[in-house]
Amino acid sequence: MAFSKFLRRGRWDDERARELEAHLAIEIDANLARGMTPQEARDAARRKLGNTTLVREEIYRMNTIAFLEALIQDLRYGVRLLRLNPGFAAVAILSLALGVGANATMFQLLNALRIRTLPVAQPEQLAAVRIAGDNPNRAGSFNGRHAVLTNPLWERIRDRQDAFSSVFAWASPTFDLSAGGESRPVDGLWVSGEFFNTLAVRPMLGRVLTAADDRRGCTAPPAVISYGFWQREYGGSAAALGHALTLDGNPYEIVGITAPGFFGVEIGRHFDVAVPLCAEPLSRGPHSYLDRNDGWFLAAIGRLKPGWTVEKAAAHLRAISPPMFKETLAKYRPEDEKSYLDFRLGAIPAGTGVSSLREYERPLWLLLATTVMVLLIACANLANLMLARATAREREIAVRLALGASRVRIGRQLVAESVLIAVAGAGAGAVLAQWLSRVLVASLATQNDRVFLEVAGDWRVFSFIAMLAAATCLLFGLLPAIRATATAPGDAMKAGSRGTTDTRERFGLRRVLVVAQVALSLVLVVGALLFVRTLRNLVTLDAGFAQSDLLIAVLNFQRAGIPDVRMPAAHADLLDRLRHQPGMEDAAKVRNVPVGGSFSNRDLIVGGVARRESVNFNWISDRYFRTMSAPLLAGRDINERDTATSQRVAIVTESFARVFFGGQNPLGKTFQIDEPPGTPKPVYEIVGFARDSKYNDLRDPFEPLVYVPATQNEPPGSTLRVVVRSRLPITQATSTITALAREVHPSIVVEFRTMQSQLRDSLMRERLMATLSGFFGALAALIATIGLYGVMSYMVARRRNEIGIRMALGADRREVVGMVMREAGRLLGAGVLVGLVASIVAARAASTLLFGLSPGDPLTLLTAAAVLGAVAMVASYLPALRASRLEPTEALREE
Amino acid sequence: MPKRGNAPIQGELLQGTLDLLILKTLALGPAHGHTIAYAIEHRSEDVLQVEHGSLYPALHRIEDRGWISSFWGTSENNRRARYYRLTPEGRKQLTEQTNRWDEIVKAINRVLRPA
Repeated sequence: MAFSKFLRRGRWDDERARELEAHLAIEIDANLARGMTPQEARDAARRKLGNTTLVREEIYRMNTIAFLEALIQDLRYGVRLLRLNPGFAAVAILSLALGVGANATMFQLLNALRIRTLPVAQPEQLAAVRIAGDNPNRAGSFNGRHAVLTNPLWERIRDRQDAFSSVFAWASPTFDLSAGGESRPVDGLWVSGEFFNTLAVRPMLGRVLTAADDRRGCTAPPAVISYGFWQREYGGSAAALGHALTLDGNPYEIVGITAPGFFGVEIGRHFDVAVPLCAEPLSRGPHSYLDRNDGWFLAAIGRLKPGWTVEKAAAHLRAISPPMFKETLAKYRPEDEKSYLDFRLGAIPAGTGVSSLREYERPLWLLLATTVMVLLIACANLANLMLARATAREREIAVRLALGASRVRIGRQLVAESVLIAVAGAGAGAVLAQWLSRVLVASLATQNDRVFLEVAGDWRVFSFIAMLAAATCLLFGLLPAIRATATAPGDAMKAGSRGTTDTRERFGLRRVLVVAQVALSLVLVVGALLFVRTLRNLVTLDAGFAQSDLLIAVLNFQRAGIPDVRMPAAHADLLDRLRHQPGMEDAAKVRNVPVGGSFSNRDLIVGGVARRESVNFNWISDRYFRTMSAPLLAGRDINERDTATSQRVAIVTESFARVFFGGQNPLGKTFQIDEPPGTPKPVYEIVGFARDSKYNDLRDPFEPLVYVPATQNEPPGSTLRVVVRSRLPITQATSTITALAREVHPSIVVEFRTMQSQLRDSLMRERLMATLSGFFGALAALIATIGLYGVMSYMVARRRNEIGIRMALGADRREVVGMVMREAGRLLGAGVLVGLVASIVAARAASTLLFGLSPGDPLTLLTAAAVLGAVAMVASYLPALRASRLEPTEALREE
Repeated sequence: MPKRGNAPIQGELLQGTLDLLILKTLALGPAHGHTIAYAIEHRSEDVLQVEHGSLYPALHRIEDRGWISSFWGTSENNRRARYYRLTPEGRKQLTEQTNRWDEIVKAINRVLRPA
């Protein structure tokens, strides 16, 4: 009511004015009727009515909300000021938009990845079950991104726990939709019966899976598909229900579709198809993990019973653990058996879901810190600009203060302009962040690893941006405003008239701001250089093999109906045919493709002594080293005489020789694989000596590595991984191999990638850090340079008079340039000094993300300082030059 | 003409009093500001001199409370003027306030002239 009147207060005032006019007219009429002259009538009427302006003002005040009124006035004034100076407004808003946008992007990603809870009912009641301890030392086979539990363990947890009203297990396999040929991967879920019930997820169409669907030995299980998959594959048609779906060659019936918002429990992924856990043997065949006590592939989440806390659940799980581990003991080596029996279950909160993308959490926090610094630099820059403007208006403000305006009122007016800039900048930044975070998420995805991260802004993002806007406003608006209104009017009016030089004190704050800017931006430039050099080190390092022209083909024979015993022969046959295709220079089988995500290791007995450290193992065919362009240093390659029944042989690397034989020539020496008691420990003879090679991760140092023939005791498997060296165009090579596989058996599924793209994808984190920190570093340096340029220009302008006098007295141009440059140099030097110290401290936080250089790398520090210094000096040279071109007579005549 | 001076209306009691006088005047029928001012002067036999300008903030305030409403009309000598009329709520207020006024006067009298 009061507010609606407030909005109409202008019209009200007009109305009152007309009413008072009317009153006057009537009174004049009456006065004329009494016989006064027109002039007397008018004067008398006016006297009688009193001061109409005061009356109107009184009524206006009744209608208005004083605080709001003043605010609107101030904002209008601010808009006028910004319009007067569009260049300043553009620079200010743009620099803030970049700063806020970068911050909001990082925060949005962190929010999506770490802070936001799962979009299910009461996510805070969810807890994940796992083996307690940070990194339990488990032995066995692992599969999937969240291999936390084995199925035998899970079944016992399900049957015996008392902490959860319901609990489920899940794994996220990749299913293949194709009937053969090139694979069509979809993101699957194996879920135990209570999955949907525990999460309280309702179907959008049809039904969800229930405990009745998850019975061991199920043969034609139902499937629930996600909304996205339904749209993609079935165009959103309701006819999809009841439709048959072929996954890994097995038929499933689609019984339900989930709502659009539900993506599973894994942050950053979207499931396509969920099927009961009992269907796992259909996909894995004889290699099913369901009855393997050492087959880790499941994760479990439960909903706490009312009144239960995560701690209480953890204690309960711990208490019921011992018999579970005793009953599910696999055939382990004694020390593995001991640690297995010592395992206890625990529980951790799972309301925010689980995610393998959390390896990005630390980089993101670091980047958020970086962007906060960029924003600080931008604020310092703006504060400097505002100070300059406030100084230019010094006399105006002094006059207003002298006329009785209150300090607070003038300060508020100055701050209003900052508020406008901050709001506009934050608004633009928020828009920018939407776009930036989408681009970033898209860049996290690789060929084999699709990433879906819902980055839409929510209230947290919104409040974060609002907070940023308020903070920036305080930082760059308040200080100059306080500064500007704190002058004694008399002094300001006296000083402005014929100033020669600014006082040291007045100029000090601006100097400090520039020094801070230079220091902060140096920290960012150092960071950027560290990450760029890390990436460079990783990209250019010698992995131990030639990366170009190397194609990786993964051929899955599972549906070809070949029994395990004949699988090696089938693999060898295909490999042989592949080698004879035109354009294929060389090809070899390898169980674990370097940096391919899978690895094997074994414990060795060397010289009769069991060695504690696990050694990396790889099973290869002949010509592997030629295919990888990594010729043997000594000894021989594997050949066709190395069969399952012949003497076991091995090829070892330089690191192996160094660690186990003190660097001696290993040829002819032997070792054994340490197997669990009761299993024979075969003796391997070393026949070849190979160069060191990266194995699991490019970032790892070279480790001992043993190559053994695939024909000798390779763990069974239906997948053939082949590395192919070929100069054929990639599409030609892949179609040749696909055609060949089809020839062997139409149901063989093939997947391709190049070694180069695989290595590139494995460096995603480093690439991200290098790109983003490089961008922010450049941005920071740019803003700081603009800041220095601004301050130097301003200093030159303020000292026109003084410089004019100096030149009139005989100072030459060089001396003037020198004077300005010395001043700039002092600021820069101080900034660089502070920045170097800060960089050394800050870089420690990044040390785990660096490769091949230390956080305090002197070359990096020097380069950063030199680059920043050079750019800044160029920026200050321009004002110096301008000062030297000053015409002394003109400068002195002014003012 | 016994003139008590043009002392500006001030203080809570006097301000409330002006409101009461305006309501009473309008109880006779709609009127514009000029008429109201003269009516008050007349009926008080020129004891109460209203500064015409101060009438309007009072009118605005009373209208705000919903006791009177206003409309544009034509005056006796054909001038556009803003007329005010009592609302039912205003009529109720007039009765209440008049009673209160009587009480106050009685109370003050009891203090000034103890029996």
